[in-house]
Amino acid sequence: MEAIKFLEPRASVVARRSAIIADLVDLLPRECVVHEARELVPFETDAFVSYRRLPLAVVLPTTTEQVAAVMKYCNRYGIPVVARGAGTSLSGGAIPQEDAVVVGLSKMTRILEVDPANRTATVQAGVTNLSISDAVSPEGFFYAPDPSSQLACTIGGNIGMNSGGAHCLKYGVTTNNLLGVRMVLVDGTVIDLGGKHLDSAGYDLLGLVCGSEGQLGLVTEATVRLIAKPEGARPVLFGFDSSDAAGACVADIIGSGIIPVAIEFMDKPAIEICEAFAHAGYPLDVAALLIVEVEGSEAEMEAMLKEIVAIAGRHGVRTVRESQSATEAALIWKGRKSAFGATGRIADYICMDGTVPLGKLSYVLEKTSEIVERYGLRVANVFHAGDGNMHPLILFNANDPEDAARAEEAGNEILKLCVEAGGCLTGEHGVGIEKRDLMRHQYSDVDLNQQMAVRAAFDSEWLLNPSKVFPLEGRPAA
Amino acid sequence: MTLTPHNEADAAYVIRNAAAGGTTLAIVGGNTRSGFGNAFACHDTLSSSGLTGIVDYEPAEMVMTAKAGTPVAEIEAALSANRQMMAFEPMDHRGIMGTTGEPTIGGVFAANASGPRRFVAGAARDSLLGIRFVNGKGEIVRAGGRVMKNVTGLDLVKLLAGSQGTLGFLIEVTFRVLPVPQTVETIVISGLDDAVATQAMAVAMAMPVEVSGAAHLPQTVRGRFLSGRLPDGEATVLRLEGLEASVSVRAEKLTAAMAVFGEVSRFGAEDSRHLWQQIRDVAPYAGTPQKPLWRVSVAPSAGHQLVAALRLEAGIDAFFDWQGGLVWMRMEADPEAELLRRYIKALGGGHATLLRAPEQARAVTPAFQPQADAVAALSARVKQKLDPAGIFNPGKMAGA
Ligand SMILES: Cc1cc2nc3c(=O)[nH]c(=O)nc-3n(C[C@H](O)[C@H](O)[C@H](O)COP(=O)(O)OP(=O)(O)OC[C@H]3O[C@@H](n4cnc5c(N)ncnc54)[C@H](O)[C@@H]3O)c2cc1C
Repeated sequence: MEAIKFLEPRASVVARRSAIIADLVDLLPRECVVHEARELVPFETDAFVSYRRLPLAVVLPTTTEQVAAVMKYCNRYGIPVVARGAGTSLSGGAIPQEDAVVVGLSKMTRILEVDPANRTATVQAGVTNLSISDAVSPEGFFYAPDPSSQLACTIGGNIGMNSGGAHCLKYGVTTNNLLGVRMVLVDGTVIDLGGKHLDSAGYDLLGLVCGSEGQLGLVTEATVRLIAKPEGARPVLFGFDSSDAAGACVADIIGSGIIPVAIEFMDKPAIEICEAFAHAGYPLDVAALLIVEVEGSEAEMEAMLKEIVAIAGRHGVRTVRESQSATEAALIWKGRKSAFGATGRIADYICMDGTVPLGKLSYVLEKTSEIVERYGLRVANVFHAGDGNMHPLILFNANDPEDAARAEEAGNEILKLCVEAGGCLTGEHGVGIEKRDLMRHQYSDVDLNQQMAVRAAFDSEWLLNPSKVFPLEGRPAA
Repeated sequence: MTLTPHNEADAAYVIRNAAAGGTTLAIVGGNTRSGFGNAFACHDTLSSSGLTGIVDYEPAEMVMTAKAGTPVAEIEAALSANRQMMAFEPMDHRGIMGTTGEPTIGGVFAANASGPRRFVAGAARDSLLGIRFVNGKGEIVRAGGRVMKNVTGLDLVKLLAGSQGTLGFLIEVTFRVLPVPQTVETIVISGLDDAVATQAMAVAMAMPVEVSGAAHLPQTVRGRFLSGRLPDGEATVLRLEGLEASVSVRAEKLTAAMAVFGEVSRFGAEDSRHLWQQIRDVAPYAGTPQKPLWRVSVAPSAGHQLVAALRLEAGIDAFFDWQGGLVWMRMEADPEAELLRRYIKALGGGHATLLRAPEQARAVTPAFQPQADAVAALSARVKQKLDPAGIFNPGKMAGA
């Protein structure tokens, strides 16, 4: 298996490195420019750690004007730019390249406005996901999309990836909760899209920008929709004898008219790994486990849970654990929330992110096991079942290059399987470099060319995060 | 001439030919929203009416795929047989536009036509999962898919939604549906002026009761709803939906909280369904086609301020949806576009779309809010990438 390629660095840019750094230092306050080799190391990769590239330089602006000045400069000299939030991308979306200036938004952390009457918050791009909810909590609101990385990841990165989370079943992903952005275009022009109002006067450029992985411009501010905090939330845990039964139960719950906030799925290996780590009291004699969470007042939650338990009963549920207290509720979630950490303790893993139609869940799970077994590896499945977003964790040994290559190949096969089952390559982690070369499995040349043409309306010279998303071969000439 | 292709390949062929010959095409579905946008003229009409039928509907997966020309009525019938619905409540424009014919599902998405639930459940664009369309070069392009979560590549689905037929000819749409709520109830608070009503709606939306409709119907329009059966005085209406058990609990809570604002009454499921459909379809302003009608989207707290400011300078009538952020505004005489748009800007931004006006006024009024230069230039470049020869609905949207 060949390593994923990056674009060849532009020799003319690399050769001018010192001049470029000198110019950037002129352009920005001294402390905003990072260029010593040692200081650049933290920026060489993101959470897709198997690949790394040292950037030319890193700038950490504090204002939209500074971002615009850098962008204008880079555009003038044909220097690629890679936007970076917290660098938690799982698909390599924030990995730089040798000829690129990384624009890190991590210093832009101001909450600009909380507007309870209009249920909006306007924040700078480097504000972390969780701190939005923290800031609006005293007013009784929260910001709904909740990636598990929410303590670290930024709203700019969330917009870059159109991130989701466990609670998106009810409230939607980033794009459904984003009302407006201020962004800097490749030539340094600053534009505002959207605002506190709904919908666009013209084309839905906001919808296009969300999930564009830093390829259409740099977001410096965002206005997001807030939602009233529910009175309470309560999970219930179900154990089933087969993934089939669990999958069918998911479909029935969704179809019943109850909209739980979350339906999380774990298979046997995942249950064992999490239980060994978190001691959450998960049943070890079941093949699959669901955590279903509902929200509302006591009376409402009781009514919904009663119905959900009845549905599970019709699917031969073996274990039902309801939570009578906050402690018990926390315990049910503890295992699920520690899934990635717990897995990381027993092996290296890569996390896939394909989405499949609900009816295909158990088929894809079965095939996934077959694929991974064929490569002599192990897999644990823990994912957002309510929307079919699978996260097989393929376990391998990173010190063994062959093992790592096998894991990557097995992962690719699983993603192709998701596409063949009517789904897609990535539900929330983005294409980045990781899935870039698989794009032709999901899209025809015509489809991809149309996307690239639209991309060119924003960045005709391919300066913005250019090694990502679109296969390197077959790109239109600039 | 009206071209009515009966399959994708024919549609692509027709468009390729048009592009080669520089023939402009007016794209229509059921023609019920045909008055939208700037007036424009085309050589030929391209109709989706030959592309019909539900292609795939899995109630258990809550996803439907249909050809673009499928009548909305057919879709709704199939959905309601399974107690499902389109969460964004596509509005029916026939009343206010004075059009006849059958709305199509392609038209719903091309116009991003959404109703009262939009402010909590998203617009048509939020339910749209995937599309097939023919671009201006006559190529069949697929974007998105049929799963709810999908971040694979650029989201051309959002771009095409609401593009009013200026970027591509939709041939197939795949969208998410939801179960019909078990029951619905409406809380009516009577006698609040626009400003206080806006406050009351904001308070309701800050409560954990999941209000799914928040509208304010001033005196001038109140009588036009539910055959005049809403209580006397202005009516501020709040909708609750869901399981019986939970709606009744939430209704109690909401009633108690709203009592500080004014007299509260409650309407049951049947009246509620009727009322919200009338709000959705802008019932008070149907049947007066000669009077200009605006659809204004602003921050919820700005809606009533806008109306108050305009009232001092022009003859207008208005009511509010989306917690006050959607203003339906009917002008007595002139559209007053400049005045209106100046105030929108002054109040923090948003946009006003002229839905209808006498021909002369339409000819001189940009139907969609003019955008900042840089955004307009960007939009024009995007249009150029999808429809390089500029054959689709030329001039319907500004710069497009
Ligand atoms: C343990 C763990 C758990 C995770 N769980 C989830 C999860 O549950 N759901 C989920 O969706 N993701 C999850 N992720 C993935 C990741 O956290 C998200 O993709 C997140 O949104 C990235 O945010 P970031 O600030 O780290 O962005 P980065 O990784 O720095 O950047 C992400 C992408 O956005 C672009 N970008 C960043 N900032 C901007 C900006 N201001 N303007 C324009 N483009 C920008 C970058 O160029 C890059 O392409 C998880 C990651 C980890 C490590």
